[in-house]
Amino acid sequence: MSFVEYAEFIQEGDVAIIFMGHDSMFPVKVQQGAQTQTRYGVIRHSTDLIGRRFGSKVTCSKGGWVYVLHPTPELWTLNLPHRTQILYTTDIANITMMLELKPGSVVCESGTGSGSLSHAILRTIAPSGHLYTVEFHQQRAEKAIEEFREHKVDHLVTVLNQDVCKDGFGVMGVADAVFLDIPSPWEAIGHAKSAIKKQGGRLCSFSPCIEQVQRTCAALAEQGFGEICTLEVLLRVYDVRSVSLALPDFGPEDTLQTGLHVPGEEGTPAAPGANATVTCRTAMPPREMAGHTGYLTFATKSLV
Amino acid sequence: MANNMDDGIDAQCIIKEGDCVVMKRGDIFKAAQIQKKRKVIFEKQWLFLDNTIGELYGTTFEIASGGTLQPRKPKHTESSTEVKKAGTDNRNIVDDGRSQKLTRDDIETLKEQGLKGQEIVQQLIENSTTFTDKTEFAQEKYIKKKKKKYENTVMILKPSTRILAQMYHGREPGKICYLRYDSLAQMLTLANIHAGSKVIVFETCAGLVLGAVMERMGGHGSVIQMYPGGGPVRAGMESFGFPEHFHQTLHDFPLCKVQDLLGGRLSQDAPETDEAAPPKPEQQSPEAENMDTVPEAGRETEERDKRREDKAQERKTKMEEKRKKLLAAAALLEPRNADGLVIASRFHPCPVLLGLLKFMAPSRPFVVYCQYREPLIECYTKLREQGGAINLRLAETWLRHYQVLPNRTHPVLLMSGGGGYLLSGTTVLTSPAQPATGPAHRAEEPSPKRIKLQETDD
Repeated sequence: MSFVEYAEFIQEGDVAIIFMGHDSMFPVKVQQGAQTQTRYGVIRHSTDLIGRRFGSKVTCSKGGWVYVLHPTPELWTLNLPHRTQILYTTDIANITMMLELKPGSVVCESGTGSGSLSHAILRTIAPSGHLYTVEFHQQRAEKAIEEFREHKVDHLVTVLNQDVCKDGFGVMGVADAVFLDIPSPWEAIGHAKSAIKKQGGRLCSFSPCIEQVQRTCAALAEQGFGEICTLEVLLRVYDVRSVSLALPDFGPEDTLQTGLHVPGEEGTPAAPGANATVTCRTAMPPREMAGHTGYLTFATKSLV
Repeated sequence: MANNMDDGIDAQCIIKEGDCVVMKRGDIFKAAQIQKKRKVIFEKQWLFLDNTIGELYGTTFEIASGGTLQPRKPKHTESSTEVKKAGTDNRNIVDDGRSQKLTRDDIETLKEQGLKGQEIVQQLIENSTTFTDKTEFAQEKYIKKKKKKYENTVMILKPSTRILAQMYHGREPGKICYLRYDSLAQMLTLANIHAGSKVIVFETCAGLVLGAVMERMGGHGSVIQMYPGGGPVRAGMESFGFPEHFHQTLHDFPLCKVQDLLGGRLSQDAPETDEAAPPKPEQQSPEAENMDTVPEAGRETEERDKRREDKAQERKTKMEEKRKKLLAAAALLEPRNADGLVIASRFHPCPVLLGLLKFMAPSRPFVVYCQYREPLIECYTKLREQGGAINLRLAETWLRHYQVLPNRTHPVLLMSGGGGYLLSGTTVLTSPAQPATGPAHRAEEPSPKRIKLQETDD
């Protein structure tokens, strides 16, 4: 198992995702002899996980069962230990495409945070790209190094423990893309510019506040970046379910023409009189949803 | 400017003859290929791309008379029109249509004199009686508007998913099933497209989705394009201008042979007959018929026969090649261990998804795009009944652009009303012990409320 290469079978040392139901999953480190306690009972790694196929159903000691999944950056984003606020898949997807990341890309990122975006970047730039990720918090930087090693992506990444606004990315003229998720991105635009390849590259800054965006855009324009563009993306998840709707009773009709013609494919024939209902399959938006994550500002540095 | 070969600049960043490029002006994009002495239409203008050769990608060119391009001096933008005087509000500005002293003809004359866009804008400002009364912001807006109208420039870009997805969405959304670029971005990420995997793509989006997947695979691994009808559509993918080795990772398989493949009937199939061959545009017309009209005997006839034989042989070889390719694609599908599945089509997604899921390995992501929500509701329901997939999610994304200017930051006035719907999920093994049966599977995903779990490693 690696975060950049699929494996068929679960092995000692792997990270596996235990899936218990929608929105309920957690990662485990697979170790010979280890046990994991769940609501449905114990999972014994040696017998229940090692050597089994990813995607298998595993029966726990109390008779309940779970699925064991191969980790992906997207599942990791949902399960990783939060050391900071993290970027979620909706934003990550747009960042990846708008930064034009692909295998072989060299990327600079700051801050590393909990490594949610880092894993997604590494997946996309493997097998020949490289990520330079800068984190000013020492423990977070160390933890990130450890995780990258466990996830077998450490050969693709360099973690630097320094302040990007003061010290930059530690590299010059190598990056195809730079990503900034820091409180004052405008202070790092100069460093970002010098980290980008001479022939040019892309930049993205993620900021929750519009004031940050304004200062960043001003700094980008001043440093000669082009194609400056700010956008916001939100995810609207739908809950698929059947709903039943009551039919009104207008009292008995005079003519032979009885029974309303009820639209809807799963419509149960309307029983005449009271308590008649029709059910239909629909998709409902949640009562509450994330209404804001951050603004994404993109720009291009070109030589010309 | 053509001395770019020095100091560590990638040769890939220099525009070469034969390159696939994208022309850009404002928010308008158009794909083209660099060919010498070849007229290209962009925004109702004829132009020749000859002079872009040797320049860097990202260069902006002025369109000179006769449609030739000249690289714009980089300093040009900064020396933009300086403004000294400005009003405080618009109380004294009356829209009587008389504020501009230059007439339509005057402007045409200026153009004929060979004045550049920038200079024409300057003339317009000087001849506007109300310009100095406008507020600073209004002046900026005026200049921006006039520049857009009179500045005759085009930027040449290297194609990428970002650019082509925006181009298709802006120009011909119908051709890509109204797939908005942020939805495409979600698909690539949700399907975990990456180098070295085996991905099945079924799309009727002009080949854009296929190209996007191939870009993310970087020529490593394999892509199997499932196609409906006579042959795979790839125009969008070809606009990416991928290097040759990318094409070697691309396979295609006709949807109409999926049942044969699943039933193990494919290998016994007789070699395909002519009629099944898709009419490919690059194929020559089968026979040189006009030969028959030449009334010459003997040698001529022999030659004709020989030629016909050669043609037949050639066709046979082609057929054999085609068959080999089909079998190669079948060999990739047969082990049923694909790592990803991406669907974006005008077909009903339900049968497509249920049919193609059979070729996937367990614990792998899939994603289906549909312009409409209801077919995906049906997909969701069927999958829940049938099992074999978990982590199902029906969603759409909402995209909004912003104008960011000092003291004038706000959302852009127009936004896209919808970018389509996505159903994503993860495959799992259906254990042979308990075959999939209808209602019992309702309980497959226990209600989240009931679960409280602790993890203890020791």
